[in-house]
Amino acid sequence: MLQALYGAVESGLIYSLMALGVYISFRLLDFPDLTVDGSFVTGGAVTSVMVVSGVDPFTATLAGAAVGFIVGCITGILHTKGHINPLLAGILMMVALYSINLRIMGRPNIPLLNETTVFTMVENWWQTLNLQGIVMAPFEALGIAAYVPNSLDVLVAATILMIIVKKLLDFFLRTEAGTTLRATGDNQTMVRSFSANTNVYIVVGMGVSNMLVAFSGSMVVQHNGFADVNLGVGMIIIGLASVIIGEVLFSFGSDKIVRTTLAVILGAIVYRMIYAVALQVDFLEASDMKLITALIVVAALVVPNWLGQTSAKQQYKKSKANAAKQEARQGAAEGERSHATAQSHS
Amino acid sequence: MLQLNHIHKTFYPNTPDERQALVDLHQELSGGDVVTIIGSNGAGKSTLLNTVAGSIIPDEGDVVIDENDVTRLSEQKRAAYIGRVFQDPKAGTAPGMTIEENMMISLGRTKRRSLFRGVTKQLRQQFREHLATLEIGLENRLNTKVGLLSGGERQALSLLMATFTEPKILLLDEHTAALDPSKEELILRLTRDLVERHQLTTVMVTHQMEQAIAFGNRLWMMDEGKVIFEANDETKQDLTVGDLLDQFQAIRGKKMANDRALLTK
Repeated sequence: MLQALYGAVESGLIYSLMALGVYISFRLLDFPDLTVDGSFVTGGAVTSVMVVSGVDPFTATLAGAAVGFIVGCITGILHTKGHINPLLAGILMMVALYSINLRIMGRPNIPLLNETTVFTMVENWWQTLNLQGIVMAPFEALGIAAYVPNSLDVLVAATILMIIVKKLLDFFLRTEAGTTLRATGDNQTMVRSFSANTNVYIVVGMGVSNMLVAFSGSMVVQHNGFADVNLGVGMIIIGLASVIIGEVLFSFGSDKIVRTTLAVILGAIVYRMIYAVALQVDFLEASDMKLITALIVVAALVVPNWLGQTSAKQQYKKSKANAAKQEARQGAAEGERSHATAQSHS
Repeated sequence: MLQLNHIHKTFYPNTPDERQALVDLHQELSGGDVVTIIGSNGAGKSTLLNTVAGSIIPDEGDVVIDENDVTRLSEQKRAAYIGRVFQDPKAGTAPGMTIEENMMISLGRTKRRSLFRGVTKQLRQQFREHLATLEIGLENRLNTKVGLLSGGERQALSLLMATFTEPKILLLDEHTAALDPSKEELILRLTRDLVERHQLTTVMVTHQMEQAIAFGNRLWMMDEGKVIFEANDETKQDLTVGDLLDQFQAIRGKKMANDRALLTK
């Protein structure tokens, strides 16, 4: 169980790249982008094909991310220049990418188990530099070494990568261009009235978003040890679930960029933990996870609304009850008065 | 500063809904001129403003700003010359972003947006000084989300954002119409201050005749896509609301068909 949770943190860190991508399209650009289901696999496909043909895994990963950037830009162009509704533009890209991914891979599944990937390279460095001993020392001193997993290499490497990506993203989103990109999702009319080409910001923003998604796909493929053309099914919902979980659990009411990106990363990790726990439950199977994910998103979208409505309803009822009471009081007072006048007349 | 040369604009041409919004409009403003535009609904006031801003491209004629022909420039390119405040206080600012971020975006009107840090310490100090001139306390709320401000505060911020980078032309589209009377007065006062401070060439559409007479040095009355009456520095001095209504009736042979204009005279 403990080992499963460590694994969840590991893959959570890798999937959080994808969650950050979804955060950019969904939240910052207000663009519900379904390209994600396709571009996630595209990143993995490009990387796995390159790795298999002997390209350095770091180059292969970067190439996967770069292709993701291009794919995202195309979705953005379909919407801005082609005036296609955002949802439809995403669906079109998703469907088109399925064929393209198969073309890139040449077959539906590519195993990477005996190939050199970024993770096997990290593992090698870890061993040659004997980092395990250094990292474990404080845990051993505290006497909790037994609770720490045997190999921390991936965890440490993924954490470092995540910190770098988060810092870069935070910086970008607070630059002049990044701030304008965020405003584009907020009020396009206003951004245009200050001489910014919103189309360019949407296209580039979608590019960056899908670049992160493809980057994540490329890492996941290497982590899993295989690429599969169906890997991306439902990915957008997983990303959305991660974003929502993060916002609900970790944003603490602040919507500063630095805080929100952290929340999204943590949300992705928590999602993976839920996944790991669900797998431990006997009557649930791995394939049920998509249903659970969908339910999480539905709940996250509906419950706040529902809570708001009930409180509004209660308030309405209360105010109505008050009004009725007041009316009754007035009615009674008037009744007395008329009664009194009637008496005095008699 | 602003030349409108024989501008024609027809909406829905060759259909039963065809409507001539601007008919051979030919006007010129020199630097520092402040013109107010009044007219009934559908007189072409908004079309005129949108033609200058570039949201509407005229069928014929050119728009020249500071000797640059901008007729074919897209709305966002043209915005480099133009500051704009909309009627809806929500239209001119981004609600999910802070006051300082909004102001930073407005700075980009005149220059390329870089990949350097957006809001720097220096900029923040500048923003604070500009905001202080509004005298409504926004200078202490740089990190407040604009969505949390009141309508009046948001409109004041929109106004500041549209003016402090000194555009060649300032367009005000009934920018006080959606506010309650006390806020309306505040925004009008701020508009006067800012226009004077930056010596801005201004076009203001309004539905209030008194406001139109009191504000600025020129006045255009529009009807059916034409300027049918104008007043300049000298003639505007003695103008009254009664005069305007009489003028309209004399020229058009009908009463001014604008409920709001009548109600608010």
